[in-house]
Amino acid sequence: MTKIFEVPLYAYESSADQASALPVRHQVIVVGAGPVGLAAAIDLAQQGVEVLVLDDNDKVSFGSRAICFAQRPLEIMDRLGCGQTMVDKGIQWHEGKVFFDTRQVYGFDLQPEKGQRRPAFINLQQYYFEQFLVDRVRGLQQQGAAIEIRGRNKVEAVGTHPDHVRLEVETPEGPYIVEADWVIACDGAGSSMRSMLGKDFHGRVFEDNFLIADVVMQSDLPSERWFWFDPPFNRGQSALLHKQPDGVWRIDLQLGWDIDKDKEKRPENVIPRIKAMLGDDIDFEIDWVSIYTFQCRRMERFRHDRVIFAGDSAHQVSPFGARGANSGVQDTDNLCWKLSMVIDGRAPETILDSYDRERTQAADENISASTRSTEFITPKSDMSRLLRDAVLDLSAQFEFARPLVNSGRLSTPCIYDGSPLNSADGLNGPSNTRPGAPCPDAPVGDGFLLSKLNRGFNLLTIDADAPDELEVDGVSVKRLALSVKDDPSLALKHRYLGEATSAVYLIRPDQHIAARRDSYEENAFRQAILRASGKE
Amino acid sequence: MTDLVLTPNIPQPDDFYAELVATHESLSKEESDALNARLILVLANHVGDNTVLKQALEAASQGARHPLR
Repeated sequence: MTKIFEVPLYAYESSADQASALPVRHQVIVVGAGPVGLAAAIDLAQQGVEVLVLDDNDKVSFGSRAICFAQRPLEIMDRLGCGQTMVDKGIQWHEGKVFFDTRQVYGFDLQPEKGQRRPAFINLQQYYFEQFLVDRVRGLQQQGAAIEIRGRNKVEAVGTHPDHVRLEVETPEGPYIVEADWVIACDGAGSSMRSMLGKDFHGRVFEDNFLIADVVMQSDLPSERWFWFDPPFNRGQSALLHKQPDGVWRIDLQLGWDIDKDKEKRPENVIPRIKAMLGDDIDFEIDWVSIYTFQCRRMERFRHDRVIFAGDSAHQVSPFGARGANSGVQDTDNLCWKLSMVIDGRAPETILDSYDRERTQAADENISASTRSTEFITPKSDMSRLLRDAVLDLSAQFEFARPLVNSGRLSTPCIYDGSPLNSADGLNGPSNTRPGAPCPDAPVGDGFLLSKLNRGFNLLTIDADAPDELEVDGVSVKRLALSVKDDPSLALKHRYLGEATSAVYLIRPDQHIAARRDSYEENAFRQAILRASGKE
Repeated sequence: MTDLVLTPNIPQPDDFYAELVATHESLSKEESDALNARLILVLANHVGDNTVLKQALEAASQGARHPLR
């Protein structure tokens, strides 16, 4: 059977740009058609920006790669028009087991907070994630949106100019030159855009190798995340088993540093490892095998004038906690509304520096969280291992030790505390909805809050008066009027009011909160809108 | 906020000390090290205050016979 990731999805075609005597200028060029680049392109196209995606390949990701997608990225996918498809295909799970040596030390149930449209996370192969994004691109094209993907278009050189970027692109029919007002570099951890611009990328290298094997098997095992510390079948190392759609199981085995990668990837070496883990009597077929190492690092700045980096090209983390693709999609969520406002003159160029400010903050959080998980999973000193083992031993008997067990802390969105786009908190409300925070979802009437938000800026009023529309220096804001009565479960009240009896929230196009007060006050909100659009 | 107690606070100090040593009796070095690690975690959870725990880590570091690197 041909695998989805072996079929060209955006095969090479000649473009008129290649025959043009003068380089054609585009509004935005996205380099890289992975999850991050595709999300960026869709986001911009939905906002009416003309966008071209260049990719050196013509297929979706080879192998399952990123498989765990968290709630916030799924909410972003809803905004981009493909959340439902992903959730329908994905595997939802919330239970897990932790094993230490030969015994199960405990099981957990991560029941998500109720009253939200999207689950805490789903497992979905990256190639499906990308395929659904490409489908969405095709849908937008049919609606006449100016969005295009060019496969086997490899950027070979970059020239930066005060008002544009010039790219030299290699194709099967030879090179051509193309220009863009803005370039978003989403070309992954080994970003050639980054090296062509000579930008730094320092960080910590972890001396460890992990074997990933996707196996197809008929199994009665539940849809749970199983994690082993120091199991008999992989002594001194860790192991992970996780279910994906289509009967595919992800197996992740730590191998240590001094190994022969090519040898370890051979079926005759992989199969015995899997049998040792699953038992001799299980029938399985290997779908994909890879060995990965990782680093925790980020660029010092993500914005370099008109070239802006997003996703793995800008920051890299360990895979524990699913913070790679998940944070990359949140980069573009943060960037695209700002870039679109700059392009049509509604915001000054300096608003793009807030992308840098907010997303380097998020990257630091992710690097810190994943570095801590890595230390727990692969202790770097004898004492670190001793303490780790003590936590695991205690966790079997005593509940108190379980929160210390760290087999990966799942990606959570960053709250942009201290962002220059935030206004001072004017509500004695819940901490989770303070300025800078992403809007938590809540059931409202027959649907959910996040799906009722308008595109663009919103003024969310809860039992408060405000104008239905507001226009401040070219930025228009629409009101979403709600009442605590719209949600009998009181989730809306608990998440947005707390002790307060009314509230007005200014919400950015990426659904992060920019300002809040207990009532509408014309001057304060006009000021907040100016601030949130980078004009103060 | 409570500060870390660094004045005598154990009513029968000799009893406690004897029990501490007795708990380690007949254990190998490896078993003792593991027991100490579990003990630290049990006590830390009982304290349950990050500020106090931080003060305890500092006090333990200061208490070294030779300056720590």
